[in-house]
Amino acid sequence: MLRLDCLRAIYSELESSLVVTIMGAVAAELHSLGHRPNFFYLQHAMGLASSTGLGLALCLPEQTVVVIDGDGSLLMNLGSLSTMARYRPRKLVHIVFDNESLLSVGGFPTATSTGTDLEGIARAAGVPRVMTVQSVESFKAAVNDTMLGSELTTIIAKVEAKGPAAYVTDLSLLENQFQFRRYIQSLGKR
Amino acid sequence: MPVSLINSKLIYDALKECDIRLLSALPETWLVHLVRLSDDDPDMILVRLAKEEEGVGVSAGAHFAGVKSAMLMQNHGFLASINGIVSFAHLYKIPLLMLISYRGSLGERDPWQTQGGNVTEPVLRALGIPYFSLDAVDTVKKRIRQAQTLADSSLQPVALLLTRDLMWEE
Repeated sequence: MLRLDCLRAIYSELESSLVVTIMGAVAAELHSLGHRPNFFYLQHAMGLASSTGLGLALCLPEQTVVVIDGDGSLLMNLGSLSTMARYRPRKLVHIVFDNESLLSVGGFPTATSTGTDLEGIARAAGVPRVMTVQSVESFKAAVNDTMLGSELTTIIAKVEAKGPAAYVTDLSLLENQFQFRRYIQSLGKR
Repeated sequence: MPVSLINSKLIYDALKECDIRLLSALPETWLVHLVRLSDDDPDMILVRLAKEEEGVGVSAGAHFAGVKSAMLMQNHGFLASINGIVSFAHLYKIPLLMLISYRGSLGERDPWQTQGGNVTEPVLRALGIPYFSLDAVDTVKKRIRQAQTLADSSLQPVALLLTRDLMWEE
């Protein structure tokens, strides 16, 4: 399963959500499908995409927030699972692309390649709904189901360690930040 | 426990007057009353963290949502948050109001706090973070308001050091 195919499969579902991604392949690939003002790419601060999604979800409880995380980033901030589980915002969707690798720095294997089980960790941290998917179809179905439901969910998607040719996009970090915030402010005025 | 309830309340009320609606916190001795006050306040979103750096992300999310927030942490928690501060708050120009208990400074009895006390201000300076002390009752309210104003206008982290003179009664 390729991450890009997964992102393509849910791209249209992301239209009305607030989306926070990690850096690297996830950001570059989502951007390559077409940037939207409701996408924020956290191009550093590994581990904090989920914390950012939590802050958004706690402040905007009626808004669907989708965090697109990765195994390397999540392993840097496993405590975030326990904090998310503590408050379990109903409309927070936590997707973790697990390619068992720190791909963008040369593909060094992460601990998920030697048996660390992110689904088990998320479950034991208290995340109420956790699943692992292995195919694009089951990924799409899991995301769709989660968006219809009302329970904090972590979806671990096992993907190949393949990424884009380049990681830098033409969207400056500040432009992205200001645009994302302005987009959210505009929601309140509709 | 001689942590000043009166001065904790003073700080808390000043935060409320600044329209702070979310606090992230990792408890430590000097912060117990502040954490309890926020926990008892139905209008405050209190986020109890596993590690302080998470609070940078949580506050960024709140900022995106248009909600004013502050972080409550010990200086060792500040030290544990540096990457988040640099590679999120500074990189993306996110206002952060950080209330940092200044352990390990003059009068500290706990040996384990002393090294952090030595490096707190030098690290704040190295990071270019404007910081001020909350050390006297009559300036608490004004300094919190001014720090929040500066964080918002400059889109950057601003630190307030909670000092022994203010927090501790004995």
